[in-house]
Amino acid sequence: MSEDLTTFSAQQLAAKIKNKDVTASEVTQAHFDRIEKLDKKIESFLYLDKAAALEQAKRVDKKVAKNETLSPLAGVPLALKDVMTQRGVPTTCGSKILENWRPPYDSTVVKRLKENDVIILGKVNMDEFAMGSSTENSAYQKTKNPWDLSRIPGGSSGGSSAAVASFFAPLAIGTDTGGSIRQPAAVCGIVGTKPTYGTVSRYGLIAFASSLDQAGPITRSVMDAALLNEVIAGYDPLDSTSINQSTASLVAAANTKDLKGMKIGVIKELGGEGWQEGVVANFNQSIETLKQLGAEVVEISLPHSLYALAVYYLIAPSEASSNLARFDGMRYGLRVGDNGEKDVEAVMNLTRAQGFGPEVKRRIILGTYALSTGYYDAYYGQAQKVRGLIAEDFKAAFEKVDVLVSPTSPTTAWKLGERVDNPLAMYLADLATLPPSLAGVPAISVPIGLAKEDQMPVGLQIIAPAMQDHKNYQVASAIEAAQGGLLIDQIKDLASLV
Amino acid sequence: MSKITPEALKHLAKLARLELTEAELAMYATQLEIILDSVDKIREVAAGDVKPMSHAVGLTNVFREDVIRPSLDRAEVLSQAPATEANRFRVPRILNED
Repeated sequence: MSEDLTTFSAQQLAAKIKNKDVTASEVTQAHFDRIEKLDKKIESFLYLDKAAALEQAKRVDKKVAKNETLSPLAGVPLALKDVMTQRGVPTTCGSKILENWRPPYDSTVVKRLKENDVIILGKVNMDEFAMGSSTENSAYQKTKNPWDLSRIPGGSSGGSSAAVASFFAPLAIGTDTGGSIRQPAAVCGIVGTKPTYGTVSRYGLIAFASSLDQAGPITRSVMDAALLNEVIAGYDPLDSTSINQSTASLVAAANTKDLKGMKIGVIKELGGEGWQEGVVANFNQSIETLKQLGAEVVEISLPHSLYALAVYYLIAPSEASSNLARFDGMRYGLRVGDNGEKDVEAVMNLTRAQGFGPEVKRRIILGTYALSTGYYDAYYGQAQKVRGLIAEDFKAAFEKVDVLVSPTSPTTAWKLGERVDNPLAMYLADLATLPPSLAGVPAISVPIGLAKEDQMPVGLQIIAPAMQDHKNYQVASAIEAAQGGLLIDQIKDLASLV
Repeated sequence: MSKITPEALKHLAKLARLELTEAELAMYATQLEIILDSVDKIREVAAGDVKPMSHAVGLTNVFREDVIRPSLDRAEVLSQAPATEANRFRVPRILNED
């Protein structure tokens, strides 16, 4: 074949399929070929749904042949984070407690992907129950960063970011509770969006912290993220937190590439001392680029963002301890010790002890503690209030500026194994992504070059007011265009893999 | 400074339905103390009258009409259960004899 179909963007592939330059079947097969050849080094996929994906591609090709109206992403392959239920397809959530479980229903995100003829190649790795920042908490395998195989791909959506950065799929679905889309995208040199909480349905997204969980796109270009975001977003009566109102066109915003008249706030508290030198240097350089593009840049203080880590590590485990109570070994998944003698409580205790990994147990215990009598007001109740103060900081800031910016994460991708025994060090990766998560506002991470000292990718985080997701896409695409070419194209040949 | 004794941790594990080994109890007791110390600083924030927050646009109490809708396929659901009997979930003994 003269051209490698795996190197094109989702937008380009959709156009090629529509114009009958290639078939969706050829595109799908090309991606499976690359996965089968190279994923043994990356270990991003947990399950390949080859027969169903090729079947789905054939249906798209029939539509093309009949000149039917096509969805903007029809025939484009996607990697699905294993936190999303897909009917009849193994869904583990990175946990042994759900090994071999085949959900009897589709999540709303999957339903929308299918309706839009996006080809789901299979399920990708993640930290168990989305708890982690390196994907090392997966019960199944350790996914690697394609920029340097000795480093982590970020997390919890590390399978999604590694698959897209390795050109195994142009599109992936990730989920973000405290940074799990933005941080893996940043450390893999690609784009990741956490939409406004409530704009993408959580139905069928296996819950970690319900008031924070949000699905979103992980892609190589800003335009591809906008296209995928528009496919998955929309009101859903099956999610009681779903917002019945739509945002302005994200694709149109991604086409603007002009920042004249836009006011951008640099968050004073996120950066500086303790942050990796190359991260800060690239961030400062991106601020200069924003100015050159016509934006006015000012410094903004979000005083309560300093408490975000503490607030998050009380609220998220509390919600998790409640949400994960459903894994009791009674109706689906693992059951341990049911020998006819043991009672139901003993079987539950044994099932959960064997089925959950160390980080999940740690957070369940922490959450149980924060919600228990005598501590509820001091911990959970107080955290919910400080969360309100963090949201008020954002509201006040957005009266002065259109969007806020910070580095996405304090460091680049660290070495595998470096932080596994130190939960607190792992949590620090989320320092900059937590405040917008707690406020429920949308944020995007876009690549801004490689850090000088380790040649690993750095991300810029852009944050907009709730329901104004389009502003993030406008700024991100302007920054992307100003860099003249995608950062990830530097490893297009996957020299590290071949 | 929070202090978590192994006894207190055992009680939490029981509430959370987690059978923990002695080694796990010791490890989590140390780690939880470190984590709790780091989150303790939220107590210093004066937040007396602040309204607790949980949704981006403040959505609360969503209602819908009570209409009959198709539910999940019974055979498909039961096919995923660890144990079934007579078209139902089979679970271990719930009551003790003593």
